[in-house]
Amino acid sequence: MLQFIVKRFASALLVMFAISVLVFLIFFATPGVDPAARIAGRNADPATLAQVRHSFGLDRPMPVRYLLMMRHLLIDRDLESFVNRGSRVIPQIVQATPVTLSLVVGAALIWMTAGIIMGTAAAALRGRAADPLIMLVGVVGVSLPAYWLGEVVNLITQKQLHGSVFSWVPPPGYVGLDHPGQWALHLLFPWLTLALLYAGIYARLLRGEVVGALNEDYVRTARAKGLSERRILIRHALRCSLIPIVSLFGLDFGALVGGAALLTEVVFGLPGIGKLTFDALQNLDLPVIMGTVLYAAFFVVLANALVDILYARLDPRARHA
Amino acid sequence: MPDQPLLDVRDLRVSFRTRRGSVTVVDGLSFSVAPGEILGVVGESGSGKSVSMLAVLRLLTSPNVTVEGEVLFRGRDLLTLPDREMRAVRGREIAMVFQDPMTALTPVYTVGWQIAEQIRAHEKVSRKEAHARAVGLLSDVGIPDAASRANAYPHEFSGGMRQRAVIAMALSCGPALLIADEPTTALDVTVQAQILDLMRELNAEGSAVVLITHDMGVISQIADRVLVMYGGRAAEEGPRRAVFHGPRHPYTWGLLDSVPRVGGARLRRLPTIAGMPVAPGDLPEGCAFAPRCRLRHEQCAERPELRDFGGSAHRDACWLPDDDRAALRLTARAAATDVPDLEREATP
Repeated sequence: MLQFIVKRFASALLVMFAISVLVFLIFFATPGVDPAARIAGRNADPATLAQVRHSFGLDRPMPVRYLLMMRHLLIDRDLESFVNRGSRVIPQIVQATPVTLSLVVGAALIWMTAGIIMGTAAAALRGRAADPLIMLVGVVGVSLPAYWLGEVVNLITQKQLHGSVFSWVPPPGYVGLDHPGQWALHLLFPWLTLALLYAGIYARLLRGEVVGALNEDYVRTARAKGLSERRILIRHALRCSLIPIVSLFGLDFGALVGGAALLTEVVFGLPGIGKLTFDALQNLDLPVIMGTVLYAAFFVVLANALVDILYARLDPRARHA
Repeated sequence: MPDQPLLDVRDLRVSFRTRRGSVTVVDGLSFSVAPGEILGVVGESGSGKSVSMLAVLRLLTSPNVTVEGEVLFRGRDLLTLPDREMRAVRGREIAMVFQDPMTALTPVYTVGWQIAEQIRAHEKVSRKEAHARAVGLLSDVGIPDAASRANAYPHEFSGGMRQRAVIAMALSCGPALLIADEPTTALDVTVQAQILDLMRELNAEGSAVVLITHDMGVISQIADRVLVMYGGRAAEEGPRRAVFHGPRHPYTWGLLDSVPRVGGARLRRLPTIAGMPVAPGDLPEGCAFAPRCRLRHEQCAERPELRDFGGSAHRDACWLPDDDRAALRLTARAAATDVPDLEREATP
């Protein structure tokens, strides 16, 4: 187990190093991109440019600049934004993380529950009218993009019906966990919006897996044992079908925590990681981009490691492999 | 009543709905199993052996299957039993062992857990007690160090061990009838013999066994009675000795003649049954075996029923005259071995 963790940690470090180098090169070694010109603003004279270049350390050789940036980011932890001078990168990320985590964890709970129930029910009821109906709901969910659905939800809950049915819906934004009630209330619609997309995908995937499992020999054995259909469905067919679902979940969860929930965050005005990255990209604010990208890489690698552990728990065949 | 059969299947008919219409796979099959007897069911692939046994336990769950007829188990018709009562029969009174032990166990649970699950499905016992019984059963079927092996997963067992575990599971509730669907086909010959011994032991303890196989050798070792199936129908049925020493149906002749012999003159070529097994979709109106039979005549266009002669338990479904079947068999065998030789001589 310890060896596994060490190995995972080493590979995570390697991935993060590679990503940081890649991001750095994209921003500094791409021809035609001059960060100093961005920072100095439009129509800056050469003297100003040179001064900016010097004060930001942009006139040093590339490897030195990389190492300096990493030192400020990871060791001194005082890396500053290029755009908003004086605002540090790490506190921004620390502030944005709980917002994104709240959004993604809540949505993940909803979509996993809904996806598993819908997928299993559709598989159990295959051949009847309910199966295509559930799958149709799933397709509709998959087909609604978050930016559109989020705007429609906002329109209805904040404007059209805010006077009547949805008068309890708070304005968009985020409230910290120190007020749990308000926290949940503010996040309810973002959760549902984000979850709808994934619930549809997971339900469809799981249905296929469960239908396949129900045709397996071990299900026939379970029937011959005299078990109830319900037990066969849940303890045997569903249990074995969860294995591929979990690996997909790990990837999705890691990516979302890393900032892929951007659209939902922007639509609902949640100041999360996705929003932070988005703003930094618009300003070509390299230190912030570097910070958020490393943070995202860390979560993707971490999520994958957790999936591997969970996978071994779910599938005994993977334990000694 | 002592002479009442344990299982009495009457006029069983199984058909599948396919794109090209309904296909009858089992066509009016009747047989019975007495308490404590071993019935061997033989036939080629596709002769309806497995499907008829799955139908008996109502394990054909596809909505495209229709099962008709009567399956009387201890006088109750299993085909009309409510699901709940049927579940109580499955696993407790009739257990089934399937052909492929590699896939018969759920991969994510330990072997002991899966046996205990069956015990707990039928009896009110504690988890611990069920597990202890599972260990005992595994040890009974010859798994060494059963206490620790019970906590192993199916993929950690070899094929023979898995089949033992499946049998241990089938025996867990002391069933009155065990249906074994080609339990030895996927196994090594040495392991086959051990599994057959296990069946014999079980039988000695009073359980009846239906053993499905296409291996005449297995049947000759273990069965009390033999049912030969062809094209979803019974071709011949009778006590083992009678069927092996005086087979009456041309199909049974073919099956027995195509078994290689250790002693005696070496044949240049093993006799085979000419032609292909009949496809369930195009069963002929008359005798199903007629298209491949060397002794067919006009009457074969009419479907023969299983009939005995002289009141013996040995019955067959064939129109040939009753008295000189042995002579006819020799004629048929000569014809079967001659034809390939002629062909061979003609080639160069």
